[in-house]
Amino acid sequence: MQAIGLNAYLIVAAVLFCLGVINCLSRKNAIGILIGIELILNAANLNLIAFNYFSTTAFAGQIFAIFVIILAACEAAIALAIIITLFMNFGAVNTDMANRMKG
Amino acid sequence: MPYATLALTIWLIPMCVFTLLALTHKRGFMPKISDKIATAGMGAGLLIALYMLAGVWGGKPIPVGPGTSYFHFNWFNISQNVPIKVGIAVDHLTIIMLVVVTLVSFLVHLFSMGYMHGDVRYGRFYCGLQIFTMSMIGLVLADNLLFLYVFWELVGLSSYLLIGHWFEKKSASDAAIKAFITTRIGDVGMFLGILLIYAQIGSFRFDDVFAAVAKGDLAGNIRMLAGLGIFFGAMGKSAQFPLHVWLPDAMEGPTPVSALIHAATMVAAGVYLVGRAYLLFDPTTFLVIAYVGAITCFFAATIALVQDDIKKVLAYSTVSQLGYMMMGLGAGGYTSGLFHLTTHAFFKACLFLGSGSVIYAMHHEQSMSQYGGLWRKMKITAATFLVSCLAIAGFPFITAGFYSKDLVLGDTLAFAMRPENYRHILLPVLGFGTAFMTAFYMFRQYYLTFTGKPRNQHKYDHAKESPWVMTVPLAVLGTLAIIGGGFHFAGVNAQWFQPMIQKPTLAAYMPAPAKEHELTIHKSDAAAAHESAAVETAHGASAEHGEHEDPIVLKAHSIAMILSIILALSGITLATFFYFKGLTEMPAMIASYAKPLHTFLWNKWYFDEIYYATFLAGTHLMAGLAWMFDKMVIDFAVNLAGYSGRLGGWLVGLFDKHAIDGAVNGVGAICSNGGWLLGRLQSGRLRTYLLVMVVGILLVAATFAAIVK
Repeated sequence: MQAIGLNAYLIVAAVLFCLGVINCLSRKNAIGILIGIELILNAANLNLIAFNYFSTTAFAGQIFAIFVIILAACEAAIALAIIITLFMNFGAVNTDMANRMKG
Repeated sequence: MPYATLALTIWLIPMCVFTLLALTHKRGFMPKISDKIATAGMGAGLLIALYMLAGVWGGKPIPVGPGTSYFHFNWFNISQNVPIKVGIAVDHLTIIMLVVVTLVSFLVHLFSMGYMHGDVRYGRFYCGLQIFTMSMIGLVLADNLLFLYVFWELVGLSSYLLIGHWFEKKSASDAAIKAFITTRIGDVGMFLGILLIYAQIGSFRFDDVFAAVAKGDLAGNIRMLAGLGIFFGAMGKSAQFPLHVWLPDAMEGPTPVSALIHAATMVAAGVYLVGRAYLLFDPTTFLVIAYVGAITCFFAATIALVQDDIKKVLAYSTVSQLGYMMMGLGAGGYTSGLFHLTTHAFFKACLFLGSGSVIYAMHHEQSMSQYGGLWRKMKITAATFLVSCLAIAGFPFITAGFYSKDLVLGDTLAFAMRPENYRHILLPVLGFGTAFMTAFYMFRQYYLTFTGKPRNQHKYDHAKESPWVMTVPLAVLGTLAIIGGGFHFAGVNAQWFQPMIQKPTLAAYMPAPAKEHELTIHKSDAAAAHESAAVETAHGASAEHGEHEDPIVLKAHSIAMILSIILALSGITLATFFYFKGLTEMPAMIASYAKPLHTFLWNKWYFDEIYYATFLAGTHLMAGLAWMFDKMVIDFAVNLAGYSGRLGGWLVGLFDKHAIDGAVNGVGAICSNGGWLLGRLQSGRLRTYLLVMVVGILLVAATFAAIVK
């Protein structure tokens, strides 16, 4: 069985990243955007693990990934708090409605 | 004590009293005692002056010539090595002037206690008298032209202050200004003369001036111009034709002031100056002096013939007598001119104070047409007035005026009788004519005032003799009007003035021949100067030393004496017929027959009118032209400058508005519009922001990749 190379991981991660970005750009819903961001983070995580796997470094990639997951958890907590406040103010989580400070 | 110390003391007394009164005459009890302080000070000054006179008589005479000045010092330096030396000089003339000034001043102070009693500015009046006396004493003491000029202006100032004593009266303040300005015109000439002398010889001192004349350093046209300039100043002060117009108007001042300043002392300052600077003048100047004096004495006497105001008659009489003095001096009669000055001071002061006494009694009525018969009420005034009238008319042998006037006329006649001077015969003719008129108008005045029926019964009823402070000065001056001239008749020779005052000679100022080589260098100069001095001695018609030897002089004096006695007596007699008894309707008849002449004289030869039409109208015209120039040219230029300023301002305003403001507004507009444009980016749509961010990251990444490759 042919071993799976680094490029395959990177391609998957890139696809995942692009999906996350497109998701972010195309949605009005704040929770959707948050999900897109999670996708982007996980794409990055995938990159980190893959690079660690194909290099001689011991656990740097894994540790980075764990950091990113912790960061994502923190981010999710804060983002959800923001979203709840948004909802309390506008009765919806549509980001287009929160444009009071536009130029 | 030396004379100079005494003289300085006499000067310091009024100086101190004036300072004291000027500071305090309004405070506390000073208004009540300022008169006493001033009078006491003048009395002390008079005693010192008499002591000096007694010293000269008692065997300590002062030699004529240089070396009479004391206390001279460098007043200031113009530049490093040009000192201005000043000091005081005391000689016989100074001492006699000191006695005259302090005596008349003292008596006027005393008289004013009565005449000015209750005046609103009583203290101020005495203050004015003090500064005048101080200035006059300083004037006679000065040994140099600069000091003399300073005091000359100071007497003018005090005259101005005292003429304008009642300045609420328009006529009085006008008269004060007229007096000041008219004498200033003369003073300009005098100052030019002084500067000319200084430019020529570098000194103001009389000794230096005379020494320069003797040496020939000051000669020719310069000497003549300097002499004429100084005489012009004397003309102004001594009210000589044609600068006499101020003196009659000055009668607006209080009568004691008229007696002191405008009869006895200040107006005599011009005569004194001519006497003091005698050696400076050259023959031409002397001729001018003599003619000016002769014309003055004649025309003033004609005016005095018809005047009605008692003080105006006396004023014109003063002008006339000053003309006599000038004529005497100009004709070479040094002693006679100054002698007449002295005796005139006595009898004219007496006449003025007498008129003051009459005016006081008649409640400030000055018109003689309102007087009459006053001798019954005012015996002392009438008696002293009569005595002074006799003196001024030249009543023979017993009056002072006879001796001095006779000397003046004799000297003038002697001058004209010299073969080379026959063409100047007009001088004595005018002089003798004046002698007749003087006798006539003085007795006209006496008869109109003191004799006949009272023409204003009401005022006559209220008239009474003045208090003793006014009659005592009259008595003293009346006595001096008799004895002040000495006595010289029928073998008795009691002259006091003539021996004291000798005509100065240039020989006394000749430089002593000191060194041989200097002598040779200056030999020709000195010889020339000697010659000119000799010529001048011959010119001065009665050189005092040669008086008794010169047959022409002796003859002239005999003729003059006989003529003047005849003229004086006939003048008095005619006045007696016309105004006392006999032909009393004659004056009115003559006046109506010779109406134009009477009007001409009544209007004082139309001098004021002529001056008004020429100088005053000319001044007005000049002022009008200057005004037009101001209006047309100056104002136009100023307006033009204003308008160009406005135009410039408008242009600058435009620049400011469009360029500067445009720049400032432009910056603002750029910021504002740029801000608006940038504000468009802040759309408030989260997806847009993300998109821009992603594009940006991609661009950065692409750039990075390009660089790495």
